[in-house]
Amino acid sequence: MIELENVTMTYPGGMTALKDVNINIEKGEFVFIVGSSGSGKTTLFKLLLKELNPTSGKIRVAGYDYSTIKKNAIPKVRRRIGVVFQNFRLLKDRTIYENVAFAQRVIQTPARFIRRRVPAMLTLVGLAEKYKSYPKELSGGEQQRVAMARALVNNPDIILADEPTGNLDPKNSIDIMNLLDDINKRGTTVVVVTHNKEIVNDMKKRVITLKKGVIISDEKQGGYIDED
Amino acid sequence: MKISTFFYILRQGFSNIRRNILFSLASLGTIISCLFLFGIIYAVIVNFESGMKELENTITISVFFDEELPDESIQLIGEQIRVLDYVNTMDYISPEEAWDKFCEQNYDDPQAAKEAYGDNNPLRNSASYSITLKDVSKQAEFVAYASDLKGVRKVKSSEVTADGITTLSSLVGYASIGIVVILMLVSIFLISNTITIGITVRKEEIGIMKLIGATNFFVRAPFIIEGIIIGAIGSCIPLFLLHTMYDKILSYVAGRFKVVTSMFAFVSSEELFKTMIPVGLILGIGVGLFGSIVTTRKHLKV
Repeated sequence: MIELENVTMTYPGGMTALKDVNINIEKGEFVFIVGSSGSGKTTLFKLLLKELNPTSGKIRVAGYDYSTIKKNAIPKVRRRIGVVFQNFRLLKDRTIYENVAFAQRVIQTPARFIRRRVPAMLTLVGLAEKYKSYPKELSGGEQQRVAMARALVNNPDIILADEPTGNLDPKNSIDIMNLLDDINKRGTTVVVVTHNKEIVNDMKKRVITLKKGVIISDEKQGGYIDED
Repeated sequence: MKISTFFYILRQGFSNIRRNILFSLASLGTIISCLFLFGIIYAVIVNFESGMKELENTITISVFFDEELPDESIQLIGEQIRVLDYVNTMDYISPEEAWDKFCEQNYDDPQAAKEAYGDNNPLRNSASYSITLKDVSKQAEFVAYASDLKGVRKVKSSEVTADGITTLSSLVGYASIGIVVILMLVSIFLISNTITIGITVRKEEIGIMKLIGATNFFVRAPFIIEGIIIGAIGSCIPLFLLHTMYDKILSYVAGRFKVVTSMFAFVSSEELFKTMIPVGLILGIGVGLFGSIVTTRKHLKV
C-alpha cells in the first residue's frame, strides 16, 4: 500500500531530513512512525501526501508511483488518503456537518450521497447529535473526532494521522486511538506519526523509529524507543 | 461538471465576495469608474466621428473646366472621377447655378443683380463638378488626379481643413485608446489584488482542499467566478448609468438647445449602445476573468 525505496530528502538549504529510507507498509496494517523533533517524521508525512518531492528514491502509494505521476493524477491519489492533523484543521466558520460534507463536495460527490454519508460518519465518531455545532463549541477530543469523520467520509484506503493526540488529554487520546484502531480493523491502512510514548507502548502495533532522518528500528509489535 | 458542483462553485464565488467585501467593493468601484470613463470616451468618440463624417461631407472640392469645353468632354471628366471608389458625391454645377449662388451669397438684392447682368453671365466659364469624398485624407490624392485630367482648368480644395480634421480625429482616437488601456490595466491589477487577498484569507481552507484531493480546477473556479461576477456587475452598473444619462442629455439638449441639434446630429441612443453594451460587457468580464485567472495560476498550485 505504501512503499518507500531509498528515499532521501534534502531541503534547498542543504539540511537532509531523510536519508536512504526504506519502508514497506502492507494493506490493512497499523503503523506508528515515531521519533523526536527533527527526526524527519513531518517530512515523511509531507512526502506521502506529495506535498514535497524527494531528492532521490521512489515512493509508491496506493498503486501510484510518485516519480512518474502526472500532475492531474495527484488529486486522485490524495482522495485515497484520509488525513488527520494535530491541530484538527477544521473550518471555523462552518458547522460540523459542513466540515465533513466539505471533504465530499471537494471531490464533487453528488449531493444525495453527501446527505447519506455525512450523518453516517458523524454517528461512527459519536457526534451525530452535534451536527449543527461549530468547531469552537466542541472540546479538543470532539474536534479531532470531526477531523476523523472528515478523513473517513471519502472511504480512503489509507488514514495518515500527524500527531492526532498532540493537543488532547490522556482520556481523549485513548478514545481517538481506539477509533483509529476500529477503522483499521475495518480494513483501512493506518499510519500514525506521533511521539506519544504511552499510546505507542499501549497499542502494541508496528513501530518505525526515525532518528535524524534514518530508520533506527522497525518492529512488528514494537514500543517507543527512548533516544535519551 | 455536475450541476451540484456548478452551483457549489457559484455559491463559493459569491461567498468569496461577501467574505472579502471591502476589497471586492474596491475592485468593483475601479471597474465601474474605468468602464464609466470608457463609456464617456466611447460616446464622445462615436459622436465626434459622426460629426466628422458630416463635416467631411460638407468639405467640397470643385473641379473647373477649360473655357468653352464641350459637354461631351465635361461628361467624360465626370466619368473619370466617378470611377474612384473614395468619391462620395459628385454634382454638376452649371454656370447658371454658380451665378445664382454667387448672387445670393454676395448681393443684398440678388434678383436685381441678376437682372442688371441680364444674359451676360460673368461666370459662364465657371461650370464645375462639386465633389465630396468618403475619406477626407484622400483629398490630396484626388486633387493630383483631377488636375491631370484633360480639360480640367483648376481644382479648388480646402487642404488645411482636411488635414486638420484628419489629425485631430486620429489624435483623439489614440489618446482615448491610451487612457482606456491604462484604466483597464489598473482594473486588472486591483482585481488581482482582491483575489490574492481572498486566497490569503482562505489559505487554510485551500490547504485542506488540496490535501483532501481537490483538483486545480475546483480550487481555482470559485476565485475565477468571483472575478467574473465583479467584472459583470462592474460593467452592468456603468452601462446602465451611461444609458440613462445619455438619453437624458439628448432629450435635455433637444429641448433646451435646438441650435446645437440643428448644427450637430447626435448619434442615437440605440445606435450608440448597440455596440457599447457588448463591448462594455466583454471588457468588464474580460478584465475580471483575466485578473482572476492570472492570479489563481500564480498562487494556487496543487
